[in-house]
Amino acid sequence: MKKILIKEEYCMGCRLCEVYCLVQHSNTKNIIKAYKGEYPKPLSRIVVEEKGYESFALQCRHCEDAPCLDACITGAMHRDDETKAVLCDEDKCVGCWMCIMACPFGVISRNVYDKKVASKCDLCVGEETPSCVKHCPNEAIVYEEQK
Amino acid sequence: MKYVIIGNSASGIAAVSSIREYDKTGKITIISSEPYLNYSRPLISYLLAKKIGRNQILYRDKDFYKKNKVDLVLKRKAVKLNLKRKRVLLDNKQEVPFDKLLIATGGKPINPEVKGIDAKGVFNFVDLSCAKRIEKFIKNNKVKNAVILGGGLIGLKAAEALIALNIKLTLVELADRVLSSTFDKKASLIIEEALKKHKCDLITKNTIVEVKTKNNIINAVELKDKSILHADLLISAIGVRPNIELVNNTSIKTNRGIIADKFMRTNIKDIYVAGDCCEASDLISKTKKAIAIWPLAVLQGKIAGYNMAGIRKEYPGGFAMNSVELCGIPTISAGETNPVGTQYEIISDYVPKESIYRKIVLKENRIVGVIFMGKIERAGIYIGLIKEAVNLASCFFSESGSSFSKKEYFLKDNFGLISLPQEYRKYLVSGEVAII
Ligand SMILES: Cc1cc2nc3c(=O)[nH]c(=O)nc-3n(C[C@H](O)[C@H](O)[C@H](O)COP(=O)(O)OP(=O)(O)OC[C@H]3O[C@@H](n4cnc5c(N)ncnc54)[C@H](O)[C@@H]3O)c2cc1C
Repeated sequence: MKKILIKEEYCMGCRLCEVYCLVQHSNTKNIIKAYKGEYPKPLSRIVVEEKGYESFALQCRHCEDAPCLDACITGAMHRDDETKAVLCDEDKCVGCWMCIMACPFGVISRNVYDKKVASKCDLCVGEETPSCVKHCPNEAIVYEEQK
Repeated sequence: MKYVIIGNSASGIAAVSSIREYDKTGKITIISSEPYLNYSRPLISYLLAKKIGRNQILYRDKDFYKKNKVDLVLKRKAVKLNLKRKRVLLDNKQEVPFDKLLIATGGKPINPEVKGIDAKGVFNFVDLSCAKRIEKFIKNNKVKNAVILGGGLIGLKAAEALIALNIKLTLVELADRVLSSTFDKKASLIIEEALKKHKCDLITKNTIVEVKTKNNIINAVELKDKSILHADLLISAIGVRPNIELVNNTSIKTNRGIIADKFMRTNIKDIYVAGDCCEASDLISKTKKAIAIWPLAVLQGKIAGYNMAGIRKEYPGGFAMNSVELCGIPTISAGETNPVGTQYEIISDYVPKESIYRKIVLKENRIVGVIFMGKIERAGIYIGLIKEAVNLASCFFSESGSSFSKKEYFLKDNFGLISLPQEYRKYLVSGEVAII
């Protein structure tokens, strides 16, 4: 499957990926409205980690052997048959946060602005390239076929 | 190849999926004493509270069985195993032959042996039929006052549901606090305060000695201290134990549960075991232990399934952990949360007003336990460190060589993978992201 690769040495910590991820997952898809006027508040599903001069962007790794899939008590967390992406069915999710407990990358977060659901990277379902990758100015995250 | 699975829940379903990854044609039969398609036991409190609808309790889609070519035998109990002839005997005298058998019979509630415990209006809270019967009883008997015996996870989940239904509730717990096996005092206190706010009374260091009835229907309970609580409903939730009835009087080895080796095999060839009925490797005590939680039931079922299909995979071991929202407070606990001894180091952060509590238990620079309440973001990273027993000694120094406090290190807001030893980061993403 195609996965997002992290190139730590190219990351400048600009956090544009966070911005575009949030916009992509908003209703209006408009940067100003998404940040200022939307409710439920859209969330970014990518996080930029930073320590001194080091930084990298991190989102769900769509693990081959994903612990969140085993931990999910509702069956909401599932692997898409076609793309093999790990996705959360928000209708089924009850917000028990077992997935947050199970994910060793810490890339699933709570969305509590409406019905409580787990929020995570969905590889921008339907888009050719995930928004974070498309907008990274320095190719610090790339979208490539993985074996 | 004939695969037979006893138990249609977390472990049994996981086993089907992994068998089918490698064996598309073998015959799979699931035997279940329950009348339902597979559903999620942890969701019965949500159902009772009407937070989810009837269909949402299903764990896998209705067409799971058809898709995976599974013969599903419902409402049939396996009553005996014939190990020599490799057959399972059902309660209708039918014999089901197997080449590979998985025992995934789950847990069984423990009940106090007190007078009146069999009265109408006294329930356990372990499966869907319990939830349905409680729902019906509440409706038909206009229940206003309820008592829950047991302040463990299941008792508290039952309490959540009854609170949501506006039933006046008293929780009776033998220990001096709720959740005493997974939480420490501070964590328990946060939940106890929240229960009080939700008008749930709590009685600790006490238990029920008799269920009082009228026309064989409960109307009160008497406690050890002779006090009487009026009750139209009692939920008994003092614990569950592995359900190993089926293998008693066979040569299958048991302790509290059925003993599993690292391939989830029992001591008898071609017979596997998984889930709440088994004892498998516990990474913290380094012994075999029955740990009754959903993620391990799934993982064990999955590993059993692979091995049944001839794919050798090892069970990596597990440890107790749970994540649950109680009275609106998200909580995650894992491993040794309340250890005694000088070899442990505790790092914590406690803001009772905001119901925030975070605690990290270290032993020889490795995390062995955590509690997160109110603020659970990225808790999985810490739990991953418990699982992999990562030595963090190198992390407590900055690049310039000066050391910073462990509290500052673990509990600052920007703690993340970047804070961890480089090798662990590489290991985590190995095969996926080689560059980190
Ligand atoms: C109210 C409640 C809340 C919970 N909440 C959580 C939670 O939040 N997080 C968590 O991790 N865990 C939770 N758990 C625990 C979790 O549900 C169990 O760990 C999990 O269900 C174990 O799965 P299993 O497949 O081992 O067995 P079970 O789910 O117990 O299923 C066993 C099945 O086998 C059937 N069976 C047994 N004997 C026979 C027989 N002889 N013949 C035929 N069929 C038989 C039973 O009828 C049952 O259907 C909760 C449990 C309860 C009851």
